[in-house]
Amino acid sequence: MPPIPLPTAVPLTYYLILSAILFALGVAGFLFRKSLITVFMSIELMLNAVNLTFVTFSYQHKQVDGHLFTFFVMVVAAAEAAVGLAIILTVFKNRGTLAVDEIDSLKL
Amino acid sequence: MTLLDIVLFLPLVAFIVILALPKTLSRTLALATSMGIFIVSLGLLAPFLGKPTSAVSFETNLIWIQSPAIRYHISLDGLGLWLLLLSTMLTPLCVLISWNYITDRVKEYYAFLLLLEFGVIGVFVSMDLFLFYVFWEVTLVPMYFLIGIWGHDRRIYATVKFFLYTMAGSVLMLAAILYLYSRAGTFDYPMILQLLSSGRLQLTAAEQLPLFLAFFIAFAIKVPLFPLHTWLPDAHVEAPTAGSVMLASVMLKMGTYGIVRFCLPMFGNAAHQCAPVIIALAIIGIIYGALVALVQPNMKKLVAYSSVSHLGFVVLGIFTFTQQGMDGAVYQMLNHGISTGALFMLVGFLYERNHSLEIKSYGGVANVAPVLSVIFMVTTLASIGLPVLNNFVGEFLVLQGAAIVSWKYAALAGLGVIFSACYMLWLYQRAFFGEAGEGVRHHITDINKRELLAIAPLVILMVWMGTGTSLFLKPITAVNAQILEQSKINVEYQVKAPPAPSAEPAPATTAAVVEVARAR
Amino acid sequence: MHHLWLIPFFPLAGFLVNGIFGRRFSKGLVSMVAVGSVALSFAWALKCLLALAPLETPHVERYFMWIQSGSLAIPYELSVDRLTAIMLMVVTGIGSLIHIYATGYMHDEDGFYRFFAYLNLFMFFMLTLVLANNYLLLFVGWEGVGLCSYLLIGYYFLKHSASTAGNKAFIVNRIGDFGFSLAMFLIFITFGSLDFQKVFEAAKAVPVEVSAGMMTAICLLLLVGAAGKSAQIPLYVWLPDAMEGPTPVSALIHAATMVTAGVYMVARSAAIFTKAPIAMETVAWVGLATAVMAATIGMTQFDIKKVYAYSTVSQLGYMFLALGVGAFSAGIWHVVTHAFFKALLFLGAGSVIHALHHEQDMRNMGGLRTKIPITFAVLACAWIAISGVPFTSGWYSKEAILGAVHHHSPLMYWIGVATAAVTAFYVSRSMFMTFFGEYRGHAHPHESPPVMWVPLAVLAVLSLAGGFLFNVPHILEPLFPVEHGGHDIMLEIIGSAAGLVGIGLAYVMYVASPGLPDSISSSLGGVYRLVYNKYYVDEAYDATVVRPLVSGSRTGLWQFGDVWLIDGVVNGMGGFARWIGGGVRTLQSGSIRSYAAWVVAGAVIFIIAAGAIAGSNGGLR
Repeated sequence: MPPIPLPTAVPLTYYLILSAILFALGVAGFLFRKSLITVFMSIELMLNAVNLTFVTFSYQHKQVDGHLFTFFVMVVAAAEAAVGLAIILTVFKNRGTLAVDEIDSLKL
Repeated sequence: MTLLDIVLFLPLVAFIVILALPKTLSRTLALATSMGIFIVSLGLLAPFLGKPTSAVSFETNLIWIQSPAIRYHISLDGLGLWLLLLSTMLTPLCVLISWNYITDRVKEYYAFLLLLEFGVIGVFVSMDLFLFYVFWEVTLVPMYFLIGIWGHDRRIYATVKFFLYTMAGSVLMLAAILYLYSRAGTFDYPMILQLLSSGRLQLTAAEQLPLFLAFFIAFAIKVPLFPLHTWLPDAHVEAPTAGSVMLASVMLKMGTYGIVRFCLPMFGNAAHQCAPVIIALAIIGIIYGALVALVQPNMKKLVAYSSVSHLGFVVLGIFTFTQQGMDGAVYQMLNHGISTGALFMLVGFLYERNHSLEIKSYGGVANVAPVLSVIFMVTTLASIGLPVLNNFVGEFLVLQGAAIVSWKYAALAGLGVIFSACYMLWLYQRAFFGEAGEGVRHHITDINKRELLAIAPLVILMVWMGTGTSLFLKPITAVNAQILEQSKINVEYQVKAPPAPSAEPAPATTAAVVEVARAR
Repeated sequence: MHHLWLIPFFPLAGFLVNGIFGRRFSKGLVSMVAVGSVALSFAWALKCLLALAPLETPHVERYFMWIQSGSLAIPYELSVDRLTAIMLMVVTGIGSLIHIYATGYMHDEDGFYRFFAYLNLFMFFMLTLVLANNYLLLFVGWEGVGLCSYLLIGYYFLKHSASTAGNKAFIVNRIGDFGFSLAMFLIFITFGSLDFQKVFEAAKAVPVEVSAGMMTAICLLLLVGAAGKSAQIPLYVWLPDAMEGPTPVSALIHAATMVTAGVYMVARSAAIFTKAPIAMETVAWVGLATAVMAATIGMTQFDIKKVYAYSTVSQLGYMFLALGVGAFSAGIWHVVTHAFFKALLFLGAGSVIHALHHEQDMRNMGGLRTKIPITFAVLACAWIAISGVPFTSGWYSKEAILGAVHHHSPLMYWIGVATAAVTAFYVSRSMFMTFFGEYRGHAHPHESPPVMWVPLAVLAVLSLAGGFLFNVPHILEPLFPVEHGGHDIMLEIIGSAAGLVGIGLAYVMYVASPGLPDSISSSLGGVYRLVYNKYYVDEAYDATVVRPLVSGSRTGLWQFGDVWLIDGVVNGMGGFARWIGGGVRTLQSGSIRSYAAWVVAGAVIFIIAAGAIAGSNGGLR
């Protein structure tokens, strides 16, 4: 299959920078937001940032592996979202709060 | 499939069956199966009657794991035979003594007892180092729970201490086993011995000593040899009666068995080299254990410290490297299993009645429980080595062996025999003689039929092993002669061989070895 | 085969029958089993000896192997020679008499069957001891009689003093046995066997040791064993306390038979002892010192059984003196005659105690001559025998010993003669205090039943005529050749005179002028108190050995060594691990965000590190 040129001349670095920004936003959200839901969404954001790099490199290298991984991550993320949201609901039911700092029963 | 395979796996089957069936059946099932196992195991005696040799019987050698080559290799010789029979005999007795005592989690209790039997039988028959290690660790699990669940007040402390202590030693042993594998290319024990004796595998002094110590410390903790003994009193005091019996009678023997089976034939040179230190520790243990036992206010602790003293005799006998000493040591393993097992049972009987282990809460028991007192007296006498009872034969042989090496060893260890009379007779006086107090008169009843059934075999064995020794001693003697020979091969090799280029033995070491060789 | 094993077997069977079923038996049946088994044993021994006469060489019977390990082989092997024959007759003969006596004496005691079971067990072990043909089997009997001694001393186990005395006897004997067993080990190492014939044959080839060597070591260790069993210095302390046991036990075990086992063992090992003159000399001096010391204590005691107990210790010392100077047959002769008169003394004392309802203090007796005449008559026979009145049994053996001692060392002889006088004195004192003067007690004395005094009468005859009837040195001629021929009339007169002087002195002090003893004892003051309190030996042992051992073990070994030091190190290691864990644990705060922060921090550090490494390697290529 002949290589398909990129439709617009967006350089590789742009994708990566975008991905890094998204990831950093995710990390920041994870670290600094209080609500469990937001934290959870931040995780999704980080996953999707990684997905973006996968797709980018896959396209760049003309290989299908990256796409594969992206789908894999998406499936896992979907499953995780289901389970995670269920856990969050239960936590809210039991504790009446979604503030991350108050959910610390792992502590000895 | 040989009879030995059946005897080995029956307890495992029984374990699963007990777990599978409802708990109302558990103790009956445990009694029936363990009795059955004992009867089947008696069949193992057949090749050892008459004129026994050091040859092994009931050998099974299959591949268990392909890579690394771990084999399911089991066989039986005169060394393992009696210890195996001791284990199979004691298990039904332990079920009997737990009959009414255990009311909580009955199913798990009896299941663990059977699992323990599986483990100890495995230890005594394994001929593959890795398999041995697996069984060695298997025994820890049921004992951990037996003490931890059904024990007395400080059971968690005791059981964790027991577990960690033993584990610390066995990890060293595992490392040594893996190193041996890297050198010999096999875990198969007879194969390793063959490689060693043919000279295809040569262990230098620099290798032997750490290997020996790794094995020896693992075993010495189990024995327990002074100063590695402090887990024992705690474990015994906290364990339920059956746990104490199995621990004292069988599990401690795993340590001394391991020394005779593995340390001596494989690392004869290092063993000879360390012998003076180990003998010193053994003698300290004998005297120290006896003196500390003298002042214990708690019966079980007293018996536990007396075990430290008695096991000192076993270790002393082994490291004399004389036929008499080693025969006495192995004989003493059985004797201790029987008489100390019986002592723990009797103390357990008293505890079930009066709910106290303190000596001072007894006194005058002989007035209200004459039969129990007589049996306790016989057991006491056996324990202090009175002739015509079992311990005497073992102690005599051990001390004779020690005297051949040096009369000083015999003289010092002989002090332990005097002290044993002191602490046991004093215990007996305080607990059994005198006027019966209020508590004793209300709570203590004489021994009942079930308890009598549990203790009678042991009493019979005490007399039998004291008066007719040849049945027991002949197979042991044959194997010990071979082990002595194997440990010697190694020494001669070490003395004759020119200093290896990689690690030359220190001159002092060689001199010591030559001296030991000459003294023999 | 003459089935020697039957001799100890009968009492063993009696023990088993009475021990297992005795509780359900009537007292008559128990007595019948007990006495019958010993009598059977006596009869069988007699039959064997008659069949085996003249028994110039030992008759050995092997049954089966007991212990075999390497070159060490210990068979069950019994043998009889003339020495054994004498001991057999003494043990079974006197044993039978005492069993008969005991059926009367113990009639009202609880645990009647238990007593006879133990007594039969004792007979079994004692017979094993004398019949054994190797040291280990002898040791079986040796420890076995010690066990029975322990059980019988502690027979009245409700009394704390009785069980304590039992423990003391066992433990002190254990110390002796410790020496004995060490001697056995050395014998095996030196001679390669424990078999009597082999050992003695090999010992003959050994040269006499001028300076201390292996033979001396063996003999001294054997002496330790003998000193334990036969109550010699320094291990005699258990025997006086052993009087806590019932009186027949004191007579049988602690006077006539068991305590002479040490003498028997030394005589049996004569072949080794004669090679070790230093050890022989030690034996003699230990014996002499014991004889003197115990005799002096005997003079001051008031408990009638204690007097006889110290008398036993003293007489055993005499026997050791005989052995030490090489007069083995004289020593054994004294064993025999002593068995007669001392058993009689104890049984007579038992009869007195029985008559007075368990009164043992001689200060509460007196004037019993007319109240219990038979007991007095038989005791009088024992009295003159032990005092060495001419032509009684005691006189023969005592003169034999003193003659041999004089031959060896005149100094020892004179000390021995003085001791003989003291012996006569304290026995006479006990007799005078008991039977003469006014009755000072409150109980109503009654004569003992025939079942008790008939055995006494037999023993009385033996005490008087035993020396004349049984010429032991002559019987033992093949084993112990008599070295010095002829009797020295002068020595015999001196020896006899010593005994008579002792009796006379006692008569003066306790009958003629009864106030004299008190004034003498008060004028002696400190010395008297020292002797009266048995030289404070028990107290000294207690202070120097027992207490330091117990308290040292408790505080030094257990609480400091075991709990604090060794277990402290173990728990310290555990504690150390927990301490580290405790430090690291604070990282696990339980807050998700702090974990995430750690992850981010870790990632950043990792990236920086990777970059640094890559940079130092010249960058990625």
